[in-house]
This record gives sequence, structure tokens and C-alpha cells, in this order.
Amino acid sequence: MATTSTYHDTSLAYPDGVPKTLADAPLVAGNLSFHDVTELVAGHTEKKTPLFWFFGFSVALFLMGIFGLSISYLVWNGTGTWGVNNPVGWGWAIVNFVWWVGIGHAGTLISAILFLFRQRWRTSINRAAEAMTLFAVACALVFPTFHTGRPWLDYWMLPVPNQMAMWPQFKSPLMWDVFAVSIYGTVSLLFWYTGLIPDLATIRDRATGLRQKIYGILSMGWTGSNRHWRHYERAYLILAGLATPLVLSVHSVVSFDFAVSIVPGWHTTIFPPYFVAGAIFSGFAMVLTLLIVARKAYNLENLITLDHLEKMNIIILVTGTIVGFAYITEFFMAWYSGVAYEQYAFRNRMFGDYAWAYWIMMSCNLIFPQLFWFKKFRRSIGVMFFISITTNIGMWFERFVIVVSSLHRDYLPSSWDYFSPTIWDAGLYIGTFGLFFTLFFLFLRFFPMVAIAEIKGVMPQANPHFYDHAHGDGAAGDASEATVEAVPAKSDEVGR
Amino acid sequence: MINSIKQKFAEHANQNVGLLAEFSDPGALVHAVKALRKRGYSRLDTFTPFPIHGMDRAMGLGTSLLGYLVFIGGLTGCALGFLLQWWTSAVAYPINISNKPLFAVEPSVPIIFELTILFSALTAVGGMLALNALPKPYNPLFFSDRFVRATDDGFFLHIQESDSQFDRASTAKALSEEGALAIEYVSHDGAEDVNPDA
Repeated sequence: MATTSTYHDTSLAYPDGVPKTLADAPLVAGNLSFHDVTELVAGHTEKKTPLFWFFGFSVALFLMGIFGLSISYLVWNGTGTWGVNNPVGWGWAIVNFVWWVGIGHAGTLISAILFLFRQRWRTSINRAAEAMTLFAVACALVFPTFHTGRPWLDYWMLPVPNQMAMWPQFKSPLMWDVFAVSIYGTVSLLFWYTGLIPDLATIRDRATGLRQKIYGILSMGWTGSNRHWRHYERAYLILAGLATPLVLSVHSVVSFDFAVSIVPGWHTTIFPPYFVAGAIFSGFAMVLTLLIVARKAYNLENLITLDHLEKMNIIILVTGTIVGFAYITEFFMAWYSGVAYEQYAFRNRMFGDYAWAYWIMMSCNLIFPQLFWFKKFRRSIGVMFFISITTNIGMWFERFVIVVSSLHRDYLPSSWDYFSPTIWDAGLYIGTFGLFFTLFFLFLRFFPMVAIAEIKGVMPQANPHFYDHAHGDGAAGDASEATVEAVPAKSDEVGR
Repeated sequence: MINSIKQKFAEHANQNVGLLAEFSDPGALVHAVKALRKRGYSRLDTFTPFPIHGMDRAMGLGTSLLGYLVFIGGLTGCALGFLLQWWTSAVAYPINISNKPLFAVEPSVPIIFELTILFSALTAVGGMLALNALPKPYNPLFFSDRFVRATDDGFFLHIQESDSQFDRASTAKALSEEGALAIEYVSHDGAEDVNPDA
């Protein structure tokens, strides 16, 4: 047992926290103890609500009011209040749906895929990113739900017996979407909640009265027993293994909505990987936008360090470039296919009525993220905040270009038309920000926004071998004098 | 039969009755677990704020059974996804469109896949809770005031009273010799400090 495993060695190699490269950077800065981490994260759910929270929450509630108004007006009058026309039957509703679902990919990517790749820096951001995923999926589901026009008949999309004795058309990509997105939401919720159980127990053990009861029920009597951790860690690993193909499949299925049709500009096999890369790209940008503000507001700079942000910026650079490469590949394929309709669709994107949208998309998604090739920009809060915003603008326009510019020029020139949104399109879109931020502010207030147990697990002092100098080699059954003496020496730190 | 079930429940209720000892850090805890197992104790458990690397091996625990449960759950979801699409489109309400097959595997793959994932994930979480016997609203360990730190920065070792080696005085002494900072006896009546030197 004298030899330490290489898995833990990276954090032990730099006890003073002086990293030589980004990969060696300490995962928790500021020389924090386990108790400091608990105080830092759980403390925010216990302290007096800060003033900025009330300010932000009231803005979110105001937008939530716009949401309620837009939904009511829509249900009362029907989807004709939107700018959708013939041939652009899928307007902002589908653009917004795909945009929100895309954003919802980052959380599960961070929790599942980075977990499987043992990217331990994920522990500082995964909780907030998972919450963001859930809320983004909730916002996304608003659009298809109400795009049906008669949302009270939406149960026709579920495999339940109905008065027509008919069943859903399972050969339709739109049905696949119903299953993929709702199951993605469910599994993301399970994943998030499973991760939360130990941290809710932490809050329970610090609380009294009603608070203790509520968190007690939520944490289900968790004690941190190692016999429990054994099944828990296995469950977490399995969930990560399940969520990884799931997260890749969801945006693939969303892209099938387009790719399985025959509309020029939609009918391409590149869509699934290109949509998934775009989803990760926009999701990371949204996580970045939220965490740049949250880490500052809640003094979490030691847990969500600049090194973590830099790593996220690298992912944004990579996925942004993949997306840009996919745009160029689409053009090549249109030219190479020799299909006149396809070639027209892509020329029209670049120079047609919606060329402005196309160039916004190109500059935001392909050009701006290239700034991240420079370390100076990757570590600049201002630059990364700017790019996180432009990325989400760009990704919204990507969906707009795909949906609207493809539809407004279909095969039949007599049906060509120009699409303009109405104020109710905009109202519902802005309203979903209200829904998103209302939920996110509630999350920040009542839940631990950083995974406490996980972050403790990646700290160097979590490794039993960290104490080897004090305990000899820690050999089994070796109840030496040194062990007994060494332990009380540290008791002043523990006896807090 | 009924008596054996009753006994199982009684054993379960009493599994957290015994001596609870606090240790200073993960290294001391792993060391103590190994030492106490060497002394012949088997019904022991540790309580820590995060899973400790190597503790499963120190406690002699094998791999969790959960993977097998999830495999069964996944197969159920897979079969259900297949049957659902086949039965609704080929049996319950067949619609002939251009004489295409009523059911084909290819367009059914996405929903079969999604249902496989859904059932596996539900089994993973439900199975984890079931194997851990959670939710567990009552636990005698919560009588201990020290124990709240098990979810913060405390590292605890617990030896069940039902362990064949258990003897309140000698076990407390053993725990103390292995470096315990504080020892308590926890039962359904509450927690009381134990002086290992008494």
C-alpha cells in the first residue's frame, strides 16, 4: 500500500498549487478544508437572501408575466397570432424549441461524458449545468406543446387509448421527438436528483425545524454509509453511461425532424453530428454566461476557478469550429451533389432575403470563437462573457436560418413568401427566459449550486494516501504507536 | 416463513445499533477499518462526506449488484418499445399505406432505444434506493450530535452490536487503539459517550 495510485498523483504533485500546465491546475483553489467547502456552498442556502437575488428574481418574474400573457393570448386565439404562414409553417416556435433543447445538452454532457472521461474539473460546474439543462428542457417543451394549436389534445401524442381508437404514428420523427425529449428530461432529472441526495443531507444536518424536515424528506435519510456509497457510485456510473448515448441521441432525433423530410437544405445526413456539436456549443456558452455571474455573486471563485472557465472555453472553441466546418461541408455537398434545388437553397442562404441572418450566424459561431486560440482571451472574463452571449445569438440564428430560409423557398415558386414574426412570437420567446430564470433563481436560493460531496472527493486531502506521512505506510492491521500518536495531533483541526 | 421475515426486519432496524467512533481523516479511517477487520470484526460500516477511494476494498465489499438489475430493466424497456410499436401499428390498428410493411424495425429504433434508456435509468435509481433501503426516515445514528458532521467533514466508523466479536468495553478499547478521537454507544434509546479507558 506504500505506492500511491497514479490516478491521484496529479493533485499530489503540486501541494502548493503551482501548476505548470492547465491539466495540473488544482481543482479547488484557496487552500480550503472540507468544512470550508460545506460552508461556502451550503451557507448560501442558509444566509439572508441577498439583495441582488430579489432584484434578479423580480426581473425573472416580470418576464414570467409576459410568458403567461403570451401563452394565454395564444391559447385563446390560436397559432394564427404567430407570424407563421404558408410555406413557413415552422416559425419561431421550432427555432426556439431547438435552441432551448440545444442549450439543455451541456448539463448532461458535463455530468455524463466528462464523468466517463474522468475530467474531474467537472465537479465544480456540473450541478449548476444540470439544473440549467432541466430548466432549458422545460422551456423547450413549451413550444411543441403549444405549436399543436390545441394543447389540450396533446395526449394524442402519447401511447394511451383515446376516443378515436387510434395510436400515435411511430414512423414519424415528430413522435421520436416526443419520446426523446421527454425521456431526456426525465433522465436528466433523475441524474440531477441522484447527485443532489448527499448534498441535501449536508444541508439537512446543518438545519433545524421545518427546514430540517423538508431537506430530511428530500435527502431520504442519507447518512454517507460506505455500504450506501458503493451502490450510489455504481448507480451514478451507470446513469452516466446511459446519459451519454442519450444526450447524443436527443439532438440527433431533433435533427431528424428536418433531415427525414425532403425540403432542400434539410435533407442531409450531416445533420445529426452537426446538431449535436451545435447543442454542446450553445449549452457550454449558456453555462458560461450563468456561472461567470453566479461565481462572482456567490463568491465561488475558489471552486469555479479561472482554470475551469478556460477549459470550458476550449470546448467552445472546438465545438464552434466543428459547427463552422459543418456549415462549409453543407455548401460543398450542395455543390458536389449537382442537385439544382439544393444548390439554390444554399446560394439563397448566403445571398437571399435572409442573408443577414446567415452572416450573423457565421460570424457568431465560426469567427468569434476563434479568439479562444489565444490564452489571453481564454482567461479574460470580459471576452468569454461576450463570446458566450454571441454564441447563443449565433446558435439561435443557425436554427432560424435552417428553419426559415429553407422553408420560404420550397419547390413551388408560387408558394414562396417572406416570414416575419409578430409581437406574440417575441413575447413567448422572451417569456421563456422568465420561466428559465425564475427556476434558476429558485435553484440558486434553495439548492447547493456546486456538488459539495463530489468536490470534496477531488480535493487532495480526500485521498487516504495524502496522510501516509503521518500514518506510516498505513499497512493493514499495523496498529503502531505512530498511528495513535499522529491522530490526536490533528484533532484541533477536526474538533471544530 | 413469517418469523424469518420478521427477523430480517428486526436485524435491519438494529443494524445501526452499536459503537460509533470518529476518526480524524480518510487515511486514519481506512487504516482503522483494515485493522479492525484484522481483529475479526465484520459487521462494520463507515460514514463519510464523500466516497473514499479504496474503502470498498478495505471493508471487503464486492462490486454492487446494481449492474445486473439495470441490465434486466434495460431489456424490459427494449422489449416494451418493440412490442408497443409492433402491436399498435400491425395488430391494433393496421393502416395500409402504399402496401408498405405494417411494421418495420428501422423506423422503430429511436423509440426502442429511448425506452431502453428510460427503463435502465429508472432501474438504476430505484435499484440504488432499494439496495440501500432508502428512504429511511428513522435512523438511531441521528441521535448522535457528532454524527451531523458525517455529511460535512467527519469520518466515522461504526461496529454493530450484533457482531459476534462485539463487547462494549473491549471493542471501544480496540477502536481507541486504532486512533478513534471519540466513541459513542448509539442505540434506539439515544447516544452516550463511551470512555475506552474505563
